[in-house]
This record gives sequence, structure tokens and C-alpha cells, in this order.
Amino acid sequence: MKIINDFEYYKPLEIKEALNLLSQYKAKARILAGGTDLIVSLKEERINPEALIDVKGIIPLNLMELEDDKLFIGANKTFTDLLESDLIRDKFPLLWECSSKVASIGIRNRATLTGNICSAVPSLDSAPALLIYNAEVLVAASNTERTISIHDWFTGPKKSALNTDELVLGISLKIPDKHSASYQKLGRYKGEDLAQAGIGIYVDREKDYRFASCAVGPVPARMKKLEAFLHKKEINDKLLAEAAEIIPSEISPITDIRAQAEYRTHMMKVMFRRGMQIALEVLPGGKE
Amino acid sequence: MKQIKLNLNGEIRSVLVDPTETLLDVLRDKLGIKSPKCGCDRGDCGACNVLLNGRSVRSCLILAIETDGQEVVTVEGISQKGLSRVQETMINKNAFQCGFCAPGIIISATELLNNNPHPTLEEIKEALSGNLCRCTGYLPILEAVRESLEGGKNE
Ligand SMILES: Cc1cc2nc3c(=O)[nH]c(=O)nc-3n(C[C@@H](O)[C@@H](O)[C@H](O)COP(=O)(O)OP(=O)(O)OC[C@H]3O[C@@H](n4cnc5c(N)ncnc54)[C@H](O)[C@@H]3O)c2cc1C
Ligand code: FES
Ligand code: FES
Repeated sequence: MKIINDFEYYKPLEIKEALNLLSQYKAKARILAGGTDLIVSLKEERINPEALIDVKGIIPLNLMELEDDKLFIGANKTFTDLLESDLIRDKFPLLWECSSKVASIGIRNRATLTGNICSAVPSLDSAPALLIYNAEVLVAASNTERTISIHDWFTGPKKSALNTDELVLGISLKIPDKHSASYQKLGRYKGEDLAQAGIGIYVDREKDYRFASCAVGPVPARMKKLEAFLHKKEINDKLLAEAAEIIPSEISPITDIRAQAEYRTHMMKVMFRRGMQIALEVLPGGKE
Repeated sequence: MKQIKLNLNGEIRSVLVDPTETLLDVLRDKLGIKSPKCGCDRGDCGACNVLLNGRSVRSCLILAIETDGQEVVTVEGISQKGLSRVQETMINKNAFQCGFCAPGIIISATELLNNNPHPTLEEIKEALSGNLCRCTGYLPILEAVRESLEGGKNE
């Protein structure tokens, strides 16, 4: 399939240059990172930009660095970069696991975490982890910089709080207490598939439990009722069974070509219990 | 049109490209490299895989212009000095039927073995999970990769 619509291609080496181009083209330019969503959209003529701004040459966007207790993940970092980072594996096991479940290696080698949240499809695998770790998105426009909480980021299916003249610089995560985690993803087969339902689980020794879903509502979201119900409680099977019954009230799945709403709801309960079991088993100093 | 220069299979090549052209199309139509195949044209099947700076990527989702100054390796490059060991075991095992998926799978397997010369079966499956094959049911392919490990090194 050819890309029919013509565009200018720019590869700026400085953030400033990219921002100037964005303001010059107004809403008519698109940032190009890994291209795994953007090139598909161009081929399918879902978008019609006058310019593509390839940001892979901008060095500060390639950084991943720890400053005090915060990890900054530059916008150009791919899922493969995250999977190769010991820091992510040790301190952010949920982000590591979510990343490992995105598509397959050939996609992960290109696809960026930032591009994933910018596309903001409801099924994005990175969202449960970012919501649970209370990520912040660093954003710049010509004359301003701002930080957007991940909790305000997703505003609708394929919609985010990012303005068209803004560039994401990266995502910042505070190092959390020691915890264990599990990400459960329902897909047809391993390797390529978008989630039909997904739940991220965080458990720590203080009995702080956190949950976030994807693909079962217009936007990915924390599951606050479930969290409140389990807060500080000792987990047992009976409690988990009761907790699972809260899940339908936290989600609003749709029926589409990939799965029925009932099935998604049912599987969310199953995956919740499965994931809790895994997370509790590996919790350091947790369940003996 | 813009002139780009890339290192293709060890050789510096210059080519005129339009920004809208994908790497897959430019490799096949302008650079005479026919091993990457167009299966789905949208990232799903892996038939168009090539190595970009040593990593497997979908050439159907990359603009040729993005590869200016980069290094691209295809199956033609891998086989330059004769077949690699994993290619040989694939032939010996009759790993493929129509062969359409083969170049992409060879790219994925080569990347795996470059990073991890002794992968487990699970690791092999993970590495090949992005490559669809409509003919074989995958078993002979997995076996061929496994067999290539016997006797040690993959070169
Ligand atoms: C075959 C296939 C399978 C997939 N499977 C999964 C899956 O299992 N799970 C999953 O979650 N996703 C999946 N995806 C989608 C996933 O690859 C993308 O969401 C990817 O993470 C997007 O990142 P990118 O770098 O490729 O972004 P691009 O495609 O380059 O860009 C995506 C969007 O983000 C914008 N953008 C990118 N960077 C910036 C920036 N710095 N500032 C502002 N805007 C920016 C772009 O303008 C564009 O609108 C799949 C994709 C394919 C093709
Ligand atoms: S043709 Fe590129 S992944 Fe199918
Ligand atoms: S051998 Fe025919 S697609 Fe794999």
C-alpha cells in the first residue's frame, strides 16, 4: 500500500527546532517516532499531515536517567530499551512486564513508550503500569513547558491531553517502594495482538494494593473501588472472590469484532485472581 | 525527491527517494533487494523484516528516508559469505514450504542468535512470535533453529 498523501520530512537535531516546526505548521505536522502507529495511519489515510517531524535525532529525547528518586524516560525510548534496562526490571517490574507484552520484538525494537501513550488507544499495554506508578508526562511547546499527570492524560479513545503544538520530552516516574507486580493481558495469540482486556496489579508489604485496567473502557483507568476494598487487608481466597465481584462496576467494556463485553468482564475477574496469586507469590517477605 | 545514503549489506548505497516511500518498497523496487516480502504491509506478519542497526524491524513501517546514514542488513547480506548455520539447518530440515515467510524468519532468528547464542525453546518461540507462517505450523522452523544450536556456535 503506497502512502498517497505528500508531506515534507524534517529531522531536527534540537528540541527547539522541532518546536518551531510544530508551531509553524500548527495542527498540520505530526511527530514521527518509531512510526509503528503513524505509518499505518498514513497508509490508511486516516491522517493527512503536511509535515512529519522525525525526532529520533534529538539526543536529549534518547536519555534515560535517574535524578534523585525520579527516573526520566526520554520520549525516544523504545520498549526494547526498557526491557534491556536493569533499573526498569528491578524498580518498575510492572512496566517491564507490560513492555514485554507489547506486540513482538520487531515492533518493540521501534515502538516507543511515548508514542504508545500519544496514540492513546484504549488497549495500550503501557497504561496500567504508568497509571499505577503515577507517571508524569513532560511536555514542551515553543514558549512553555508543563507536566501532565498520567491520570489527566487519557481524555477519550485515541485522545490525550497533548495539544497539537506540543512535543512530549519524556515520562518521569518516582521510584516506588519495593513491591511485586503482574500484568495480565487477554489476547488471541502471543506476539502481535492488542489486548482485549488487561489488568495491572501492584502489591507491597504494607498491604497497599493498586490496580489499573486497559481495553475495558474508553480510557485505561485505575480501579479505585477495588483498591479501597482490599486496602490493608490480609488476602485470602474468600476475599479475592468477593473483590472480583466489584470489577464489573469498575469497567465498561464494549462488544466489538475482537471480543464480547461479557467475555471481557468475565476474563477481567479471572485475570485479577490469577494476577494476584502471581504477585503475592513473588512478593519479597510477603506470603510465605 | 531526496538523495539518501545508507550502508546496505556492507556497501554504501545512494538512492533518490520520495519521503512517502517505505524502506520495503525502496529495497525491492530501487535497490534490487528482493528478500524482504510484503505480506500485510501493516506490521503484522514480519515477512518484511530487515536488520536496522542490528535490530529486526518491519521495513513496511519505516520510511526509506529515515534510514539515511543507517545500516541495513537483509538476507542477501547474511548470506554474502555462504549460508549461515541456521539457514543450513532450515534447508536440511525442510523448514519451509512456500518460503514466503522465510526471509523474515531468518532475520528474526539471526538477531536472536547474535544476542543469545544458546536460547531456550521458549526464547526461540518469543523471538519468532512476530513472524507469521501460513504453511508449516511452525514446528519444523523451531526445530531447525534448535538444531542449529547443536554443536555449539552459530556463525
Ligand atoms: C503489528 C502491531 C502490533 C501492535 N501491538 C501492540 C500491542 O500489543 N500493545 C500495544 O500497546 N501496542 C501495540 N501496537 C501499537 C504500538 O506499536 C504503538 O502504540 C507504539 O508504541 C507507538 O510508538 P511509536 O514510537 O511507533 O510512535 P509513532 O507511530 O511514531 O507515533 C504514534 C503517535 O504518537 C505521536 N508521538 C510520538 N512521539 C511523540 C512525541 N515525542 N511528542 C508528541 N507526539 C509524539 C505521533 O505523532 C503519533 O501521533 C502494535 C502496533 C503494530 C503495528
Ligand atoms: S509486510 Fe511488514 S509486517 Fe507484514
Ligand atoms: S512456508 Fe509458506 S508462509 Fe511460511
